[in-house]
Amino acid sequence: MYRIVHKEQISPVVHLMVIEAPEVAAKASPGQFVILRVDDEGERVPLTIADFDRENGTITCIFQEVGYTTKQLATFEVGDHLATFVGPLGQPSEIDNYGTVVLVGGGVGVAPIFPIARALKQAGNEVITIIGARTKELLFWEDRLRQCSDELIVCTDDGSYGYHGLVTEPLKQLLDKGKKVARVWSIGPTIMMRFVAKTTSPFEVPTTVSMNPIMVDGTGMCGACRVSVGGETKFACVDGPEFDGHKVDWQLAMRRMNAYKDKEQQALSHSHEGGHCQCHSN
Amino acid sequence: MPLKLTKTPMPSQKPTERIRNFNEVTLGYNDKQALEEATRCLNCKNAPCKKGCPVEVDIPEFISHIKAKDYAAAIETIKGKNNLPAICGRVCPQENQCEKYCTLGIKGEPVGIGRLERFAADWDLASGTSHTPKLPTPSGFKVAVVGSGPCGLTAAADLARMGHKVTIFEALHLPGGVLMYGIPEFRLPKDMVQKEIDYVRQLGVEFKLNFVIGETATVDELFDRGFDAVFISSGAGLPHFMGIPGENLLNVYSANEFLTRTNLMKAYLFPQYDTPIKVGERVAVIGGGNVAMDSARTALRLGAKEAIIVYRRSREELPARKEEAEHAEEEGVKFQFLTSPIEYTGDEEGRITGMTCIRYELGEPDASGRRRPIPIEGSEFEMPIDTVVVAIGQGPNPLVPRTTPGLELTKKGTIEADEKTGTTSRKGIFAGGDIVTGAATVILAMGAGKDAARSINDYLQTLPKKN
Ligand SMILES: Cc1cc2nc3c(=O)[nH]c(=O)nc-3n(C[C@H](O)[C@H](O)[C@H](O)COP(=O)(O)OP(=O)(O)OC[C@H]3O[C@@H](n4cnc5c(N)ncnc54)[C@H](O)[C@@H]3O)c2cc1C
Ligand SMILES: Cc1cc2nc3c(=O)[nH]c(=O)nc-3n(C[C@H](O)[C@H](O)[C@H](O)COP(=O)(O)OP(=O)(O)OC[C@H]3O[C@@H](n4cnc5c(N)ncnc54)[C@H](O)[C@@H]3O)c2cc1C
Ligand code: SF4
Ligand code: SF4
Ligand code: FES
Repeated sequence: MYRIVHKEQISPVVHLMVIEAPEVAAKASPGQFVILRVDDEGERVPLTIADFDRENGTITCIFQEVGYTTKQLATFEVGDHLATFVGPLGQPSEIDNYGTVVLVGGGVGVAPIFPIARALKQAGNEVITIIGARTKELLFWEDRLRQCSDELIVCTDDGSYGYHGLVTEPLKQLLDKGKKVARVWSIGPTIMMRFVAKTTSPFEVPTTVSMNPIMVDGTGMCGACRVSVGGETKFACVDGPEFDGHKVDWQLAMRRMNAYKDKEQQALSHSHEGGHCQCHSN
Repeated sequence: MPLKLTKTPMPSQKPTERIRNFNEVTLGYNDKQALEEATRCLNCKNAPCKKGCPVEVDIPEFISHIKAKDYAAAIETIKGKNNLPAICGRVCPQENQCEKYCTLGIKGEPVGIGRLERFAADWDLASGTSHTPKLPTPSGFKVAVVGSGPCGLTAAADLARMGHKVTIFEALHLPGGVLMYGIPEFRLPKDMVQKEIDYVRQLGVEFKLNFVIGETATVDELFDRGFDAVFISSGAGLPHFMGIPGENLLNVYSANEFLTRTNLMKAYLFPQYDTPIKVGERVAVIGGGNVAMDSARTALRLGAKEAIIVYRRSREELPARKEEAEHAEEEGVKFQFLTSPIEYTGDEEGRITGMTCIRYELGEPDASGRRRPIPIEGSEFEMPIDTVVVAIGQGPNPLVPRTTPGLELTKKGTIEADEKTGTTSRKGIFAGGDIVTGAATVILAMGAGKDAARSINDYLQTLPKKN
């Protein structure tokens, strides 16, 4: 079983967990993800690998409470065990010395940006990182990202800290100034990634986005994670999760994420009634 | 006593009742019915039935034990060859296997071999007296098995019985492959599958679940970890889609997703179990095999008002087992033959609302011997529908082949392996089951596992001794 060895509250609804999973840690690379189940009745939920420690055999995940499973996970404490923790899944990010790269992270997407930034920095790139959140208290890992970035721009929607505005604004300013950017990575809410891709498109800067469709198995078996890229159907769990942001069918991606909205409400209200049966958990 | 020409019927839940639950449809024989059926067996000297069983169960012998009411002896005989009898007794396509060759089949119905096998296996599971056979002294050799479907389980069990240390690596959180995630609860109860797998555990086979070969470790890394041979039985888990417009609309599922949510993740018990599933009022299932029948019957149980099988050819060509198609029909599944969708249409939120279909007629027989369906020009028509399950087949999952250099593949992406021995283009790597043949059957996968276990054992004998 997979033991939780550390837990931190990052903001009111975002948590960090370090989980003991030596087999996963041994192989983890930036850009990959895991799938976990909290208990034997649990749903399979994908989370990106925010950091890994091969020596101690641990994986760090940062997650936001959005629905039933993530809220339940937030109640788990150090010493508790998860029923499933499988990975690393998906294709690793393509790390190379490109020259200047810009990494754009928003919301919990700031977490998976970190190992990619670190690897790109180690590969010799000039790394410019732009991170954003709705408000100051939702920001995290500014220090960590500063360490592996040549320049770090922090944005808040409400102006409570750093640049007042969306992450796409400083990105556009950089490109407008004629900064030669070889490649952009963007991880965050789907709508943000869509607009980052839209921003870089006229400048023809290759832009990698990390898709997060609904998944079940994570091994290419079910097809739930279909995304359309350049008119071709891809399975995000095995072909991705990173894809060319200029080729992704964004409208489709946003629709597919809402497939179970009403059911999720049902699961949440069920849990409020205290109806989640615990008798099988051990 | 005059010979009875028909099989002793097996009791089952009434269609009107069973479409409202996920309990098993067929209920199995009681002692009296089993005896009645066993008595029909002529105990033929040359036992033609045996040659139809890919795992070589000694059929007349186990049936004679049932006749003598010595059920323990019956199950021991079966388990000498078949490690998963409760599963085979339920899902083997017996009419094309053992029962096809039964002498009684010439004049009337063959002996219900599968039903009797199930009877003995269920007695064994219920009695809880099942004992582990004596294992030989350990050989010291270690074998890795990739995938815990029927093929991998069979190979693992046989290798363990030959004295080797076997570890099964399974990507999902429960072992069993299609037995767990594909074949529905109402045909193959999952508790029972797990009990039968416990028997494989008792033989000393170790299960490493949540372990994806090709991601968590590659096949070559398994050799680095000290395994002497690797058997790949990773199945045909890649869902095919048709590639027609609208296929990515909401509520268009692959059969794998639809069935995995329901079976493995128990979405039919939502919200007690956390995984949801959506099924609308009018469900179209595209395809005509067992998988299509399972999907349509599942849709009805999940509350669909109508489930319609949409199949390109006619009833005669249905690839599903006859019994499965009959059960589906009894439950109210409708069939729309000689029809196939060419486009799905949706609303502004991207949910499917209908499909455009085209009608087909049958032409000359093709390579498979079935008459080729030819689209009729101008025959397009609309079908309002709110859920689609695409069940047109599965291909080999590329994860393992892609990460194993030097492993030769066929044009279809299946692993090139010798049919009888499972040897591949790489030394020490063997393969069998659906990853070699493409989607086939449980018993063929088990047969392949059995053959591979023998040849892996032969291979191990050529290596320097460990003990
Ligand atoms: C490859 C991948 C990596 C991910 N990495 C992270 C991560 O590092 N941190 C993190 O907090 N989340 C991450 N996610 C999203 C995370 O998996 C979902 O938030 C989670 O599955 C929601 O489960 P739930 O039961 O709590 O909520 P649900 O009740 O299932 O859903 C609640 C709400 O979240 C939305 N939602 C459902 N599934 C997803 C999804 N896959 N992605 C985004 N929104 C979804 C729904 O539309 C719904 O409105 C990742 C998703 C993928 C596919
Ligand atoms: C819905 C449905 C109904 C069916 N009904 C019948 C029936 O009634 N009768 C019948 O005889 N046959 C039936 N079949 C076919 C039968 O189930 C298959 O032919 C059989 O299960 C194949 O066995 P296998 O061991 O080769 O592969 P599978 O059963 O597919 O098992 C493969 C296993 O390998 C695992 N795996 C895959 N990749 C990896 C990896 N990289 N690392 C680790 N593990 C991995 C998978 O998760 C899976 O558990 C049905 C199939 C389906 C889908
Ligand atoms: S395993 Fe299948 S083929 Fe063999 S005897 Fe049993 S039912 Fe018949
Ligand atoms: S062929 Fe039929 S009757 Fe003869 S031994 Fe086999 S099962 Fe019995
Ligand atoms: S999650 Fe099932 S195929 Fe990707």
